[in-house]
Amino acid sequence: MSNFGYVAPTTVEETLAVLQRATDQGQRTQILAGGTDVIVQFRSFDNSHRLFVDIKALKETNDIRIENELVFIGAAIPSGVLNENAELKALFPGLLEAADLIGSTQIQGRASIGGNLCNSSPAGDTIPALIVNSALCVIATNEGTRTVPAENFVTGVGRNCLEAYEFLLGFQIPRPSTDTGDAYLRFIPRTEMDIAVAGAAASLTLNHDGICERARVSIGAVAPTPLLVSSAAEALIGTTADENALQQAAQACSDAAQPITDKRGTVEYRRKVVGVLCRRAGAIARDRALSNRN
Amino acid sequence: MAEAANFKAIGTRPIRPDGVEKVTGRANFGADLNLPDMLHGKVLRSPHAHARIKRIDLTKAQAMDGVYAAISSADFPQEVTSSLSKNILARDKVLYHGHALAAVAARTPRIAEEALDRIEVEYEVLLPVLTLDDAMQENATLVCEDLRTNDDESSPPSNIAASQRFERGNVTKGFAEADVIVQEEFRVPSAHQGYIEPHACVATSNPGGRVTIWCTTQGPFEVRSATAGVLKKTVSDIKVIPSEIGGGFGGKTVVYLEPVAVRLSELTGKPVKMVMNREEVFRATGPASATLCKIKVGAKKDGRVTAATAWLAYEAGAFPGSPVGPGCMSVFAPYDINNFLVEGYDVLVNKPKVAAYRAPGAPQSMHAMECAIDELAQKLDMDPIDLRLKNAAKEGTIAPYGPKFPPIGLVECLEAAKQHPNYVRKPSEEVGRGVAVGFWFNIGMQSSAEVNIAEDGAVSIMEGSPDIGGSRASMCLMAAETLGVPYETINAHVGDTESTGFCNLTGGSRTTFATGLAVVKACEDVIAQCKARAAMTWELDVEQVDWKDGQAVPKPGVNIDVEPLSLADIAKTMSRTGGPLLGRASLNAQGAGACFSVNWTDVTIDRETGKVDVKAFTAIQDAGRAIHPAYVEGQMQGGAVQGLGWALNEEYIYDENGIVENASFLDYRVPVASDMPMIDCEIVEVPNPSHPYGVRGVGETPIVAPLAATSNAVRDLLGFRINDLPLSPPNVLAAIDAAD
Ligand SMILES: Cc1cc2nc3c(=O)[nH]c(=O)nc-3n(C[C@H](O)[C@H](O)[C@H](O)COP(=O)(O)OP(=O)(O)OC[C@H]3O[C@@H](n4cnc5c(N)ncnc54)[C@H](O)[C@@H]3O)c2cc1C
Repeated sequence: MSNFGYVAPTTVEETLAVLQRATDQGQRTQILAGGTDVIVQFRSFDNSHRLFVDIKALKETNDIRIENELVFIGAAIPSGVLNENAELKALFPGLLEAADLIGSTQIQGRASIGGNLCNSSPAGDTIPALIVNSALCVIATNEGTRTVPAENFVTGVGRNCLEAYEFLLGFQIPRPSTDTGDAYLRFIPRTEMDIAVAGAAASLTLNHDGICERARVSIGAVAPTPLLVSSAAEALIGTTADENALQQAAQACSDAAQPITDKRGTVEYRRKVVGVLCRRAGAIARDRALSNRN
Repeated sequence: MAEAANFKAIGTRPIRPDGVEKVTGRANFGADLNLPDMLHGKVLRSPHAHARIKRIDLTKAQAMDGVYAAISSADFPQEVTSSLSKNILARDKVLYHGHALAAVAARTPRIAEEALDRIEVEYEVLLPVLTLDDAMQENATLVCEDLRTNDDESSPPSNIAASQRFERGNVTKGFAEADVIVQEEFRVPSAHQGYIEPHACVATSNPGGRVTIWCTTQGPFEVRSATAGVLKKTVSDIKVIPSEIGGGFGGKTVVYLEPVAVRLSELTGKPVKMVMNREEVFRATGPASATLCKIKVGAKKDGRVTAATAWLAYEAGAFPGSPVGPGCMSVFAPYDINNFLVEGYDVLVNKPKVAAYRAPGAPQSMHAMECAIDELAQKLDMDPIDLRLKNAAKEGTIAPYGPKFPPIGLVECLEAAKQHPNYVRKPSEEVGRGVAVGFWFNIGMQSSAEVNIAEDGAVSIMEGSPDIGGSRASMCLMAAETLGVPYETINAHVGDTESTGFCNLTGGSRTTFATGLAVVKACEDVIAQCKARAAMTWELDVEQVDWKDGQAVPKPGVNIDVEPLSLADIAKTMSRTGGPLLGRASLNAQGAGACFSVNWTDVTIDRETGKVDVKAFTAIQDAGRAIHPAYVEGQMQGGAVQGLGWALNEEYIYDENGIVENASFLDYRVPVASDMPMIDCEIVEVPNPSHPYGVRGVGETPIVAPLAATSNAVRDLLGFRINDLPLSPPNVLAAIDAAD
């Protein structure tokens, strides 16, 4: 009956070796983190034979390191575990809220942000939040690690820059200054257990006078990949991120969106709502930046 | 309510006898049975909404290792031409995306699925008919080429399978008398019943032609007759054993898999199990009709309705038989109207054949009427409850569908609503409130029950109504009340078609009423026997013995000094007094009392996304008598949530070729728990005189009013009406943008 193999290596080297060997033999491999995408997809759509390589037993993919300049978050840490980390929550409330939107309590016992990114759905909730936090994806390769900015990781619907013999170790994120705030909002017709019709994340840094010095805005579910919208950021930089500036940023997001009409929403609806979400997420990020500073 | 205090068992809230099994995962549902040497059956379903089948070649599937049989409709008796037989396996045309056309039985589910891929089918793809408007057009593409309206051979073929019309008084005159008139059109989309448990069965046949079916169903006796009909067997060849059931809501009153599983078992000589997956449930099993309802209502300045007309078109799906009949009969049921005209149309489209869904037909037509009444209240500047009170049907009113109403509880529900703290508390500026009334006829039909007394006095009830909403607990409570023994000493069992007397399905909100009536009568039979045994023991005439508080006692005035005999006392000696105590009753219950409700929804709207949030919901309903109030509330709450889902986000998404795009719970959006507020319930009790304890059915009415209550709440907040459901974010945002 079984249509798959399963291995759970315990070191990065062993994992890479397994991946390399299987790839050389022409065998299909698939990394298994929480499995909340993998198992559903395997059962519902494509159950062609493959070797599952479970990366949950690795130390690196479960690591959380919070240092002066950099924060490292392992790729396989379940959202539920991340959200129990008070320090992380204080640093990246928007990112952790995004992780907390995934599925339900049960799903969050497994679902990881590494899996969310590597699944590379246009609607992955944590991806815009990773992008606005300038996360670098740390990828294990036979030549050591390489890093890719989160906004360049996803290359198409369900596609990303990983090679078959590579895998994601985790995220290296600049530790935000105390005058920075982030936020992520998505729209679904229900309250949970649904897929984003549109999503928007923002991270803003405000100076002493409350002027926005740094801004990043990213939108999801409105294009083949999550997008970093620099025009929206530019609309905010140099302003107090007031209603007017936020409205400009919202318009920039609506303009940048390249949505499709499908069962989850129409082009017009998504274009409009992604702007609304940008404005609201921008306001939350601004208020967080202001209150962090105080 | 005051009277309820006289009861010992009725009106209490004990835990249900089936609870432990269910919460510990031990209860056996449709897919839980496995038999030795069992095969797995799978169904090949049409990828087209409408196509002629030019050729089906099963040979490659049949040749596969591990495949035991592959069949199509050719393997069934061709002389049976019922819709049912053509629905379970298509004959010459496939009529909807998901229509079954072949099936295989194989050693494993995976092999069966692979075998489906090897079945070769040649289709001639036809234009699908997907909307009421298209279907009702002259020169429309025909779903069924030889169908004529009302079987009238003199009329040309049509997609309109049936039409009906009834009237009273003179509507022209009535509208002429009106000071205000509301005239609107409303569309309600199809909604699926959304039961958690997919359809599932195991069938096994022996060489003598005897068949046993285990399945999840609302009606084992109906499965028996339907299967017998399709396979040209006699019902006595078939035994149906119902499993526990994970929801039905009307959707498990019909068969899809059972005859196919039986045929596969006959051909292979092995038991065959068939289980649908969720996609199959959505693509091939019955939703409720999508409808177009045109309503016109006129009233005097004081609110008295002078005339009303309704024009109702219901999608039947691919075969005739939408519930447009009950839709027509219920549309004006809550009101005392002298002049009305109702027209209804049963219309074929290339979609799954619709099935019953809680109060089948009523939510759609009553949505239209209750929205129109709300508009009337706006125009007249009247409180929506006062307007309804002004026109409410009561005892003695001639119902629009014919009979004179016996005691009914609509006025009592409306009065209770007016005084309810949730209604008295007016909503704030950001909140919209909408009121609507719900109704369902309820039915009686046939039930049987046996009550067995064990040697220690324990009571065991055997009946034939699959328990969907806690009915076994209600049966035990009615038996406890009648016999005068503790609830805990009673057990209720749902038998199979050979272990219990005939019983119609669990549907029409009939179980607690009709099967309950049979249980009460069977208990009375036991009491009569107990009195006879006591009389024998005491050497009295049976007329000299009474049954009080669970004991036989000499009647007052009978001069004899004996200790009362309890049920347990009598049971202990029953071998010496005449043998086992067994009470029986079978009946065709008459007088199922109509059930009315009043609901109101409080909503907020995010005007930038169009999202409607239900902040509060109150349901008031006449239960006649709440045998187990928690299960009455459960029906009210469950129905409310289904109605709210239908109002807000539930709909099928078809592409232009009639392909269903959202055949999953991810994209067919029933409400999740966190979408819903607490559904506040108040039970009103206007006893039904046709039941010893006053029971009315309560299962269906709750889904009716939430649709219009929610529409009316959105109207209240926005200041304009969105006539069509669902009130999903894109639809609401588009309406807001259009109004700006
Ligand atoms: C009921 C339910 C609700 C859901 N709700 C949401 C939601 O609201 N929002 C949302 O965004 N998603 C949702 N999802 C999808 C899913 O839970 C998330 O995408 C989750 O983050 C995936 O994480 P995982 O650890 O389970 O990944 P897995 O399923 O293990 O993996 C996902 C994909 O990434 C690959 N992968 C995983 N880790 C690595 C790695 N370290 N290196 C390389 N490749 C890797 C896998 O091979 C696979 O292709 C839901 C899923 C379910 C079942």
